Amino acid sequence: MITDLELSKLRWRCRRGFLENDLILTRLLERRGANFSTEEHQQLLSLIALDDNDLWEIIAGRTDVFPAGADAMVATLRQTRITH
Amino acid sequence: MGLTVHKYDAVVIGAGGAGMRCALQLARAGLRVAVLSKVFPTRSHTVAAQGGIGASLGNMDEDNWHYHFYDTVKGSDWLGDQDAIEYMCREAPKVVYELEHMGMPFDRNPDGTIYQRPFGGHSAKYGEKPVPRACAAADRTGHAMLHTLYQQNVKSKTTFFVEWMALDIIRDADGDAVGVTALEMETGDVAIFHAKCVLFATGGAGRIFAASTNAFINTGDGLGMAARAGIPLEDMEFWQFHPTGVYNAGVLLTEGCRGEGAILRNKDGERFMERYAPKLKDLAPRDFISRCMDQEIKEGRGCGPNGDYIALDLTHLGAETIMKRLPSVHEIGKNFANVDVIKESIPVVPTIHYQMGGIPTNIHGQVVVPKDGNPNSVVNGLYAIGECSCVSVHGANRLGTNSLLDLLVFGRAAGNHLVDTALASRAFKPLPANAGDYSLARIDKLDSSSGGEYPQDVANDLRKSMQLHAGVFRTQKTMDEGVVQVLAIAQRAENLSLKDKSKVFNTARIEALEVANLMESAKATMVSAAARHESRGAHSVDDYSDSAEFPLGRNDKQWMKHTLWYSEGNRLDYKPVNLKPLTVDSIPPVKRTF
Ligand SMILES: Cc1cc2nc3c(=O)[nH]c(=O)nc-3n(C[C@H](O)[C@H](O)[C@H](O)COP(=O)(O)OP(=O)(O)OC[C@H]3O[C@@H](n4cnc5c(N)ncnc54)[C@H](O)[C@@H]3O)c2cc1C
Repeated sequence: MITDLELSKLRWRCRRGFLENDLILTRLLERRGANFSTEEHQQLLSLIALDDNDLWEIIAGRTDVFPAGADAMVATLRQTRITH
Repeated sequence: MGLTVHKYDAVVIGAGGAGMRCALQLARAGLRVAVLSKVFPTRSHTVAAQGGIGASLGNMDEDNWHYHFYDTVKGSDWLGDQDAIEYMCREAPKVVYELEHMGMPFDRNPDGTIYQRPFGGHSAKYGEKPVPRACAAADRTGHAMLHTLYQQNVKSKTTFFVEWMALDIIRDADGDAVGVTALEMETGDVAIFHAKCVLFATGGAGRIFAASTNAFINTGDGLGMAARAGIPLEDMEFWQFHPTGVYNAGVLLTEGCRGEGAILRNKDGERFMERYAPKLKDLAPRDFISRCMDQEIKEGRGCGPNGDYIALDLTHLGAETIMKRLPSVHEIGKNFANVDVIKESIPVVPTIHYQMGGIPTNIHGQVVVPKDGNPNSVVNGLYAIGECSCVSVHGANRLGTNSLLDLLVFGRAAGNHLVDTALASRAFKPLPANAGDYSLARIDKLDSSSGGEYPQDVANDLRKSMQLHAGVFRTQKTMDEGVVQVLAIAQRAENLSLKDKSKVFNTARIEALEVANLMESAKATMVSAAARHESRGAHSVDDYSDSAEFPLGRNDKQWMKHTLWYSEGNRLDYKPVNLKPLTVDSIPPVKRTF
């Protein structure tokens, strides 16, 4: 399970350069953040290390090119995007 | 005092377009430059800019800086300072070509020149017809600009302090800026940055409103720091509403869509902008279009079950143009409005977008305050550039693409001014003995308090109140009520408590420190707005409407002046608008029609 410190860092690093990413990432953290497994945490870290536009293209489903092993988190983010 | 002290010739707070353009100019001159940023530089809010950078290159149609100058003065509703506007418009082609030489991947015409698209309020021949003036890199202009500037800075040995939050300006007994205090998030430690000059490039405070196109990071930190250090904030009542924020989400649809031909329609399918602005139509300036949309909605011609939005129609542009030139608009339609913009129109409303006011500066980026009868007396060692500053080129309403331009022109100008005034050979002024105490006391108070409210609860109440009292639809009554409410919320913000008191990477503490900055920005906005008894640019008040004496509600006799709000005593002052350009004739005020 994710530690409090890790969640706090994640919260900050999910502060993004534009609103679209902020909205989806915040929605995800509010719904699931505290219960992330170590694996999910790692996957999300690899995605938020990307630039905002690249991250958004992945979330929006415009590209399927993303860091290896992040498939499950990409699916979760896309699901979060469409479930308002 | 026991705090770690970092020593640099210049410390730049903020790694967006303005901060990085300035840092580059300084680093290239061999100065030791530190850039502090709350987030990784290329994640600064500049990355959101899609539309372009305004410059009269004349690559698509006849254009020159005089036309750009005229448009910007008129766009500002005659609140912009004409010396600064002339400077910006003349320098524009230069800063764009410089970026091109640094490797910025601008869109091209078949002949290799930079492609330019039309944008609201930009015209040729003094308002006669729209002119393509926006230089863009597809719809990733801000992204491309940040990457270009970041790489150049790394090459020029700028030192970046990432995930550091500046807290307060350190001023000495003469009032000169000699450094800042900053919190390192990773350790929770506070340090001092001792410098020969401090440059603020902290961006806007768009998150003081509930519905905003701005990212969550835009909390007005530079404004808060300036206000706490006794520096007034200028023209904070002027907030731009972007006409095309997605209804219920805030997410922005770039004005580039209207540049490419998208049309605003009311519930009858009418292209209503033809009635209000026969020449520029859907490409009239943002404040004007926002007001017209407001009018359509108020008069019962809004769309949807509640008649409370306007339809933006791109369907006639065709799938190819949309996917090639406006791919992100297509994405946004799908994700935030559940609409395929190729086939149907998308619901939009005017949404808070850009802060025209800020920390007062001159055209060198030097912070200026009234002193001994001089309204623009320089604060030594302190500069502000970009959205946190008010130079003032945007006056009461900014033209699209003029912000990225402002970052480049004045970021570079501030850098040049420091280099030209021999910063390298200047000595460091000593730090005051108590430097750092004020910031430490603020943090101690947060850490030791209990039983108060949580920062996010108070911030949310503030945003709701600002939206209600200082949103697109302003009346004297709502603004007066807003002042009372916002001051009461600011009182609550004096007693915040933290759930988490740990030292390392404590997001709650960081957010509480941001709330203090939001409060200063909101108070400045609300108090300045309620005091301005006219309609001008983005400050559109029902009580001050169109009349023979005051066309469109603008009262030049009494109100052609800049507001200055001081945090101490919540006091207002005013200073004259500079109507005198540097070399050309002044553009005299007239009623704005398009
Ligand atoms: C969706 C959107 C689209 C836009 N499109 C365009 C466009 O096409 N053309 C145009 O001209 N304008 C556009 N604008 C406006 C323009 O993008 C902004 O005005 C501009 O990018 C602001 O740049 P800046 O350098 O002043 O600040 P920012 O890019 O916001 O950078 C602020 C920096 O300050 C740092 N910072 C803030 N507080 C602190 C602190 N306390 N300590 C340390 N660091 C701190 C941040 O980390 C960041 O690095 C758009 C705006 C939005 C919202």
